[in-house]
This record gives sequence, C-alpha cells and structure tokens, in this order.
Amino acid sequence: MAAVVRRADVEVGTELPAQTSQVTRADLVRYAGASGDFNVIHWNERVATEVGLPGVIAHGMLTAGLAARAVTAWAGDPGALVEYSVRFSRPVVVPDDGVGAEVVVAGRVAALLDDDRVRVDLTVTSGGEKVLSLARAVVQL
Amino acid sequence: MALDPGLVGRSYPPSVVYEVGREKIAEFARALGDDDPVYRDPEAARAAGHPDVVAPPTFAIVLSLGAGEVVLADPDVAIDYSRVVHGEQRFVHHRPIRAGDRLVATASIEAVRSVAGNDMLTTRVDLATEDGEPVCRASAMLVARGA
Repeated sequence: MAAVVRRADVEVGTELPAQTSQVTRADLVRYAGASGDFNVIHWNERVATEVGLPGVIAHGMLTAGLAARAVTAWAGDPGALVEYSVRFSRPVVVPDDGVGAEVVVAGRVAALLDDDRVRVDLTVTSGGEKVLSLARAVVQL
Repeated sequence: MALDPGLVGRSYPPSVVYEVGREKIAEFARALGDDDPVYRDPEAARAAGHPDVVAPPTFAIVLSLGAGEVVLADPDVAIDYSRVVHGEQRFVHHRPIRAGDRLVATASIEAVRSVAGNDMLTTRVDLATEDGEPVCRASAMLVARGA
C-alpha cells in the first residue's frame, strides 16, 4: 500500500493530469443507487425546478468523487488520499439531452507537508464555472 | 428558528454494523467511472498491498449519509430538511475502507452557526470497526436556506 508518485518527484506547482468526465442523467441514476442518495432533485426535473433549481443537478458527492478520482489516479493508490475536503459552491446542471454536463478537474501540488505528505488543490469546473471551491486533498506519498 | 448552540457536542448511539461487500465497492467505483482494479479485483488489491479490495475515498458517504440522518431526526435539531443543501464535506481517512470491514458509525454534532438567516449544521460521523479501530471521520456541513 503505497503511492506510485514519490515525494522526490513533486514540488509546489506540480500539476496533476487533467481529467474530463461527461455526466449524464444515466450517471446520476447510477450514482443514486450506488450511494443511496435518492434526493429527488437529482432525477426529477419537475421537483428540481419547483424548488428553484435550473434543472436536475448532479449529486455534489458525485462531482467530489470524480475530483477525488483524479487524485487517486495520479497518486496510484486510493489509500494515499488521507484527507479530502470540498465546498459545494455551484450546482452541476445535467440536461436531459443525451449529452449531459462536462466536469473538468485540474489539480496542482499547493504545499509540502510533514511526513511525505503533500496538499493538492483542485479546480473543478463545469461549463467554465467553478462548481467546487476549497477542494483540497492531502496525499501521503 | 436558529439552532441551539448547546447542541454542539451532542452524540448519538452507534449504528448497527455495516458489512462492506466487494460488490457494493465495485458498484460505487463504477458509478464514478473509475476502473482501477484495486476496487474490484482482490488479486490486484493484494498485489498493491491491501488485504482485499478497497473502496474509493468518497465511499464513506454511503455510511455517513445514513448515519447522519439520526441528527436530522432529533426533535431538538430545528432544521427544515426541505431547505437543506449540502454545503461542505470532509473526510479524514485513517485507512481505506475495504471489503469485509464490519463498521459502526457514530454521529455527533460538530458545529452550529447562523449566518445571514441561513442555519448551518455540521454533523460528524466517525466510522470504526466493531472492534474499535478508527477508519474514517466524515464531517458534513448542511445549510438550511432561510425562508
């Protein structure tokens, strides 16, 4: 159980490979079942608009999970992600058009911590707008 | 109605045991479009140094979501659930969750705040094995938008 990336390989500013995911309504249904989060705003357009949303929105934790995937793929070990925090700043609206919404994840090493840990700051956008803020991962290298 | 600051620190009884299954982990990884074999192939997981398949880091939400409901069900927690949105989420992992784990979730209230008519409630769910080994701490900040 160890990260593939070594502490000696990274410095402040090291960038993670960019990751782009397409999120469709089918993905929301799949995530609802996998996570147990059946909140209606993630699958019912009528209810979503009734509560003032622009439409059906992705689960925040689906977006956060996609962003975490970029970190674990880079580190080479899911166990390397020891701390993870996100703020949900803007919903990802997923239209029922067969195309869905694009979620783009970029990340860079923002700080070197003790014990071969680094802090990775993530920038997560959809349609050019930030959907997560203060998305940070502490990675054990 | 603003939340009572005296709620901070309130703790709830531990959940029943949740047994983590390989299929549930694989299903969750699939929902994230993650094809890392350590999430579905026990041999690949062992080759990577894990005792069995491990779960993606955000899998903890599966347990913490359910465990946190006990807080919202508390009659002293005056929060309008229909106006609640997920504001923030944080995980601290002591080790990855893995297939075969028998986990117990203990919920508590970490913080309450009122800002500009919005109530903010931070729940904390500690996940540990039934033998008491700490596995993960999940904190969720929920915002009830003011009417």
